[in-house]
Amino acid sequence: MTQVLGEVSQSWTAKNDQSKSEAFLNSLDPRVRFVSCVLFAFLISSMHDLGALTIALSIGVGLSLSARLPLWTTIRKVLVVDSFIVVLLLTLPFTMPGETAFTLFGWDASLEGLYRAAEVGLKANAILFSLMGLLGIMEPSVLGHALYRLKVPVKLVHLFLFTVRYIDVFYKEYKTMRMAMKARGFYPKTNLHTLRSIGYLIGMMLVRSLERSDRIMEAMKCRGFDGRFHILNDMRASQRDFIFSIVVSVTMIGLLVVEYL
Amino acid sequence: MSPLIALRGLHFSYASGLDVLNGVDFELRAGERVALTGSNGAGKSTLLRLINGLETAKSGEIHAFGSVRKQEKDFREVRVRAGLVFQDPDDQLFCPTVAEDLAFGPLNLGKSRQEVVNIVDKTLEMLKLEHLADRITHKLSGGQKRLVALATVMALEPDVLLLDEPTNDLDRDTKQHLITLLSELPQAMIIVSHNHHFLNKVATRQVELSNGRLLEQAA
Repeated sequence: MTQVLGEVSQSWTAKNDQSKSEAFLNSLDPRVRFVSCVLFAFLISSMHDLGALTIALSIGVGLSLSARLPLWTTIRKVLVVDSFIVVLLLTLPFTMPGETAFTLFGWDASLEGLYRAAEVGLKANAILFSLMGLLGIMEPSVLGHALYRLKVPVKLVHLFLFTVRYIDVFYKEYKTMRMAMKARGFYPKTNLHTLRSIGYLIGMMLVRSLERSDRIMEAMKCRGFDGRFHILNDMRASQRDFIFSIVVSVTMIGLLVVEYL
Repeated sequence: MSPLIALRGLHFSYASGLDVLNGVDFELRAGERVALTGSNGAGKSTLLRLINGLETAKSGEIHAFGSVRKQEKDFREVRVRAGLVFQDPDDQLFCPTVAEDLAFGPLNLGKSRQEVVNIVDKTLEMLKLEHLADRITHKLSGGQKRLVALATVMALEPDVLLLDEPTNDLDRDTKQHLITLLSELPQAMIIVSHNHHFLNKVATRQVELSNGRLLEQAA
């Protein structure tokens, strides 16, 4: 989760003071970025024209570049996604029926398959890059607030925020327990003992999470929690957000034109 | 003046059937800072949880703020007037930022946005934590988390503080800061701790939980 969302280190209210040194994209209203990203993703997934998809991919890469993403973590993320795509690229041409493009060890690769594989690869990367550019640099807490302001059900928003909040705690607990196992000479091997020990570890994690959630609930009750959540912060869209929305709309219409003409 | 909290003949046993409290009598009056000591598993935390209605006593009476408290709904008021600071601050801090965590309690009490902002600022200033307002809660250090957890309870503006091992993983300076702070607060307190130096500095009275009973200790 933290890998996908990026490092959680700062609050969004603190962000406002240092907008100068930041990427332009990060100064936009998080809601605008989120909605643009979702719409863009929907549009891309419904497109089939390779030309339009290539343009979409370059827009995505452009967004990622302007977001000044850290190079190596970005490459790592892209590799994770593209390893799936590579599998598709290798299998689709041989599994889809159609006109034969070439033959390998007696297997026929179809043109349709190649085309489909290219389409999927372009789509996935276009969505991935625009997602990273628009949302990748957003703090999860900011994203949570944006979702709340966009009238996403409060329960889902809080589920998301709780996940972000406690994933670190559980990871730390996991690491501590793993260390404790190592300190007593445990090294994973392929045997029953390893399986059983890892099973205990996972079981203990579950039990601890459950107990912790009970304690959190109690702590919340002690502060007058009655089932309703209140969120304090405001978000305001500024002129640059409107301009950005217009640019996004025009771009999307442009893509549709390329797709259908 | 009648006590803020009074426990009469409180009995409690764990679900496993193990008896922890066998007739505890206790009174907390305004301005008192009571140190609650006892060996591990003596039931100190359980006693705090009983006062807040997080556990249900087998028998006995809990009087708090002028009335007998029996059911869940009786304890809702007790919980916000007798603020419990948990042993593990990670259980208590669940909002993304410190300021939001402090705002959680007052917002639940139905205070207006402006009031809440004022309370948050005032509480942070009182505990000298202003610089942490916009920090992400789980990125704080152990000591900071502990102070912020106290702040989230202070933001409720309670009449009583119930502190469960407040000095755990605090360094000497922070401990000293906490001693000064607690000694200056007007609230009555029950403090569970094993740290005698800390208790001697802060507490006005000491009681020990032993074999399920509460014994008054000579000062």
